[in-house]
Amino acid sequence: MTPPSYLDLREKTRARDRSLRDKVMSLEDAAALVADGDSLAIGGCTASRTPFAMIWALIRAGKRDLEVSRSIVSTEGDLLYASGVSRHIITSWFSQGIVWGVSKVMRAYTESKRARFEEWSHMAMGLRYRAGAMGVPFMPMRSMLGSGVLDRAEGARTMECPFTGETLLLVPALNPEVAIIHVQRCDAYGNAQIDGLTFMDIDMAMAANKVILTTERIVSNEQIRRHPDQTKIGFFTVDAVVEVPFGSAPHECYGLYEPFYSHMDLYAQMTAKDPDAGARAYLDRFYHEPKNWADYLSRIGMAELLDAQRRGSGIYDD
Amino acid sequence: MTTERARISLSVAPAYTGSELLAVMSARLLKEGQTVFAGVGIPLLAAILAQKTHAPGLTILFEGGVIGPFVEAGKLPPSTNEQRCSRRANMLVSITEVLLLLQRGYVDVGFMGGAQIDRFGNLNSSFIGDAENPKIRLPGTGGGNDIASLADMIVAMKHEKRRFVEKVDFITSPGFIDGGDTRAQAGLPAGGMFRVVTDLGILGFEAESRAMTVVALHPGVSAADIKANTGFELPVPDDVEVTPAPTPTELAILRELDPEQLYTA
Repeated sequence: MTPPSYLDLREKTRARDRSLRDKVMSLEDAAALVADGDSLAIGGCTASRTPFAMIWALIRAGKRDLEVSRSIVSTEGDLLYASGVSRHIITSWFSQGIVWGVSKVMRAYTESKRARFEEWSHMAMGLRYRAGAMGVPFMPMRSMLGSGVLDRAEGARTMECPFTGETLLLVPALNPEVAIIHVQRCDAYGNAQIDGLTFMDIDMAMAANKVILTTERIVSNEQIRRHPDQTKIGFFTVDAVVEVPFGSAPHECYGLYEPFYSHMDLYAQMTAKDPDAGARAYLDRFYHEPKNWADYLSRIGMAELLDAQRRGSGIYDD
Repeated sequence: MTTERARISLSVAPAYTGSELLAVMSARLLKEGQTVFAGVGIPLLAAILAQKTHAPGLTILFEGGVIGPFVEAGKLPPSTNEQRCSRRANMLVSITEVLLLLQRGYVDVGFMGGAQIDRFGNLNSSFIGDAENPKIRLPGTGGGNDIASLADMIVAMKHEKRRFVEKVDFITSPGFIDGGDTRAQAGLPAGGMFRVVTDLGILGFEAESRAMTVVALHPGVSAADIKANTGFELPVPDDVEVTPAPTPTELAILRELDPEQLYTA
């Protein structure tokens, strides 16, 4: 793993149409912007603001061999492995969530070496995206030293600080070819407002060569211009905007809906005994068979959706 | 996996679960005014319990990017990255920024759970067995490595022989590495293991050797019990303290916090 050439990185940015233009398209058209073998960064963290609609579209489009990175990976990682979309995931933590135990699908794929889970510390992931966002080849940091995580992290280096003589860790820049990020709202140009936790998404958008935004709703550019301080991701980094209500289902979207807990329990049950067959059955039922995103949500169920929404909007009750 | 827990005979059945004991005992170690970086599970629960008892001004940090929240009873988050973690927080920042507070030195205590620990307080949450051909691939470090590398640590975990081993299969989150000053030599001059809280007792680390030692035993636990459930030679001082049992108030608060026993079953 070596950081990209700086001039290549700049050239890719220069070649993009960064004008203030309408970028609204369908999930299917956005999926076509991702090529087999691309490096793909996924926004959000664990069960929060996961761009599930875009992942759903990538799986339905039959993408292959994406090198995926994310701050923390939950069930979307299982499904990317099981669908063949990715055989290599770079992250700091990978399982559905601590209350569901260790992911059976992740275990089945990694222990049989059908797929790779490349582990870095959480801060290392963050600083790798930040280095990518800054246009520098690495960031120095003070954790991971002395650990097995460092021994196995390809591309990490230690150095003696030229100022203090201390040992520091250098983590290489991560400049994903494509970043997919889900937000509460953005305009047609891709000016995005994010409520609540931003995770690593802002650095990720700056680091990527291409950004696909999915959004709960598209708002006018006038509304964005009334509160420019609320714009967290600027239009100039964005290449596609897709309006997808409940685009993080069954995960949460801050202030709008919480995780769909019963559905997540269902997923855990389906993959508990036979992870391979369970993940396949889940993919058929919720990914391949639905006619469209609305049909996917219908299969999860209106009662679940309303419950998640009721719990989600309660964050502002205090 | 089967548990290798040696039998402990108690004259009276305790009125609390092992996880409740862990939460209570570790909450007591947190002090008013401190800033604690808490992981999910028992640490999260214990930090909230401390806020509701002796440390109302405890500042909790969550790795999702949350500074100083008050999590609502009955609405515990499934990880430290959901909106439930952010309730009534003072500030929300990115993951990278909140982790950098550890590096900058703003955190008094790092507080997390553990799957496997060794004599020098190294933690493994990555691989059971050889990393190249693991028997079990565990979820990995998350923020654990960063917290353990950069803060004084409290770890809360079940005390079982298979979890307390001579040497961890893999160092996910460093303790004192090989003991002595090997942690500083590896490039980690700050932080390190302070206490390990288990359902049998409270453990510390000797000042020079940095090997694990017993600080206190919980009510009804003998020196022989704790030794029998530890996979390495664990010294127990003759005059070892016994912790006061969880109070009805502490248990009542815990049960109100976690009525569904998400973390205290």
